[in-house]
Amino acid sequence: MSLIDVQDVWYSYGNEVMALNGVSLQIEPRETIALIGQNGGGKTTLAKQFNGLLKPTKGQVLVKGVATSKVPANKLALTVGYVFQNPSHQIFSSKVWDEVAFGPKNAGLAPQEIEARTEWAIDAVGLSGLEQTHPYDLDYGKMKLLTIASIMSIKPEVYCLDEPTTGQDHQGRKRVAELIRSLNDAGSTVVVITHDMKFVAEVVKRIVLVAEGKIVADGRTREIFEETDTLAGAQIRPPQITQLAHALAGLGVRQDLMTVREAADSILGMVHAGKGHSLGHA
Amino acid sequence: MPADETTVQVDGLIYGYPGHAPVLQEISLKVTKGEMFGIVGPNGAGKSTLCKALNGLVPHFYGGTYGGSVIVSGMNTMKHTVAELSLKVGLVFQEPSNQFSGVSTRVDEEVAFGMSMMGFDRQEMSGRMTNALKQVGLEGLEDRSPYELSGGQQQRLAIATVLAVRPEVIVMDEPTAQLDPVGKTEVLETMHALNKEGYTIIVAEHEIEELATFADRIIALNEGKIILEGPTHGVLTQIERLRGIGVDPPSVTELSHLLANEIALKPEKYPITLDEAIALYRTTLEGNPS
Repeated sequence: MSLIDVQDVWYSYGNEVMALNGVSLQIEPRETIALIGQNGGGKTTLAKQFNGLLKPTKGQVLVKGVATSKVPANKLALTVGYVFQNPSHQIFSSKVWDEVAFGPKNAGLAPQEIEARTEWAIDAVGLSGLEQTHPYDLDYGKMKLLTIASIMSIKPEVYCLDEPTTGQDHQGRKRVAELIRSLNDAGSTVVVITHDMKFVAEVVKRIVLVAEGKIVADGRTREIFEETDTLAGAQIRPPQITQLAHALAGLGVRQDLMTVREAADSILGMVHAGKGHSLGHA
Repeated sequence: MPADETTVQVDGLIYGYPGHAPVLQEISLKVTKGEMFGIVGPNGAGKSTLCKALNGLVPHFYGGTYGGSVIVSGMNTMKHTVAELSLKVGLVFQEPSNQFSGVSTRVDEEVAFGMSMMGFDRQEMSGRMTNALKQVGLEGLEDRSPYELSGGQQQRLAIATVLAVRPEVIVMDEPTAQLDPVGKTEVLETMHALNKEGYTIIVAEHEIEELATFADRIIALNEGKIILEGPTHGVLTQIERLRGIGVDPPSVTELSHLLANEIALKPEKYPITLDEAIALYRTTLEGNPS
């Protein structure tokens, strides 16, 4: 049984246009998945099916074998946590601590458990010392980290993060990357909606490409980045390093390079093997 | 126009929001007419504040402590109102919806709104509106609601509202930060085209791999100070210093830095764009001395 099983889901926001056109997808425990694709293609609509924020117009979504249509959204939220793209759609407390404590409190946990989880989550996202700060006094990047902490304190099995790196600088991006890795190492499944292919290359193992309400490609990150035509059709460019590798295809460069480190190792290997020369001697 | 005409001159700018420590400390810079000038730096470095100082919102709108001077198109921002300055320097915000008046229900009305606030006559407004929408590629969408547009279209509309006033300098504060890749490309291409038309453009931008392809010069800000400045190539090849302030250099530049010793590559030869990198590694791997 899959953790999340999306079975031929169709969804309409109430008009004639279908935002999802027969989507099927299985998510297994401990996966890291990126939903990619242009805005308006259905990524967020799909992700909101995972925890019942939206329920299928047709078809069904099973979370641990139970249809989302049969479980209230607040109950599902204990299994599948959803972090909105825009922090102001989520934040409503006047203190960082209260914002993070809200979830476990609402779930009826014992006070000491609420406290322990709140402290843990605030610490994990690097907001220790800011417990009494008003969320709106945080900069945008920290505000987004706060919204992640407020879901972490619920300890869901699946995290859906909607554009966690948008508006983040390098430091914030790095922190989100580390956070996803450590949540995943601890056994959680993480789904991110993102446009940041460099981030995807570094953090996420599986890509689901969504366009016009359908899944256009689904596979391992490395493999999807090699499907240049499919990506181009969705107006997505793989990471710069992958583009470089593709441009050097005729020279025997590995085509599945994704990161700077991989490219350096690969090119060095070629140089040492005598294929290539030192520019200094040119 | 004379070559190397300074359009923006900032001297020893110090600024702090009311009740706060300075967020800009001794900023001095010059921007030449027709230049594409990039500002990079981590969040909180002062990029937005610097952008607002260029059109007078800082300090006129925000108040606070202010020292030094900002001269844009010959106008000292301290001695002119934001309205006067807005005829010479247009500011485009990160969120297009922050730019919108909120009262217009049509794209063309939105472009006209800013001009009507500045007292342009009807005839003049109509010509400028048509032109501005054409410059950003939104012609044909005049009767649409601004809120029905895609993110990239909204940001281009925000640029059009600024363009209609025909400023000499356009300042953009992370105009692509909230957009998807298609929207980012639309806005960056618009920016590039306007620069080719002769507009001086100053842009704070996180998309460093894009900035590498079209900025003439760049400053890197950290904690309110200029850490690096100069021609784009010179700034973006300072890998360690950029990383030190939490700015990611272009991937191809980082790659060259990692390989520098092995392939005897000096920083002045590091590629900063994909095309430069392709050319470099073709030569390296083909073994043909260039």
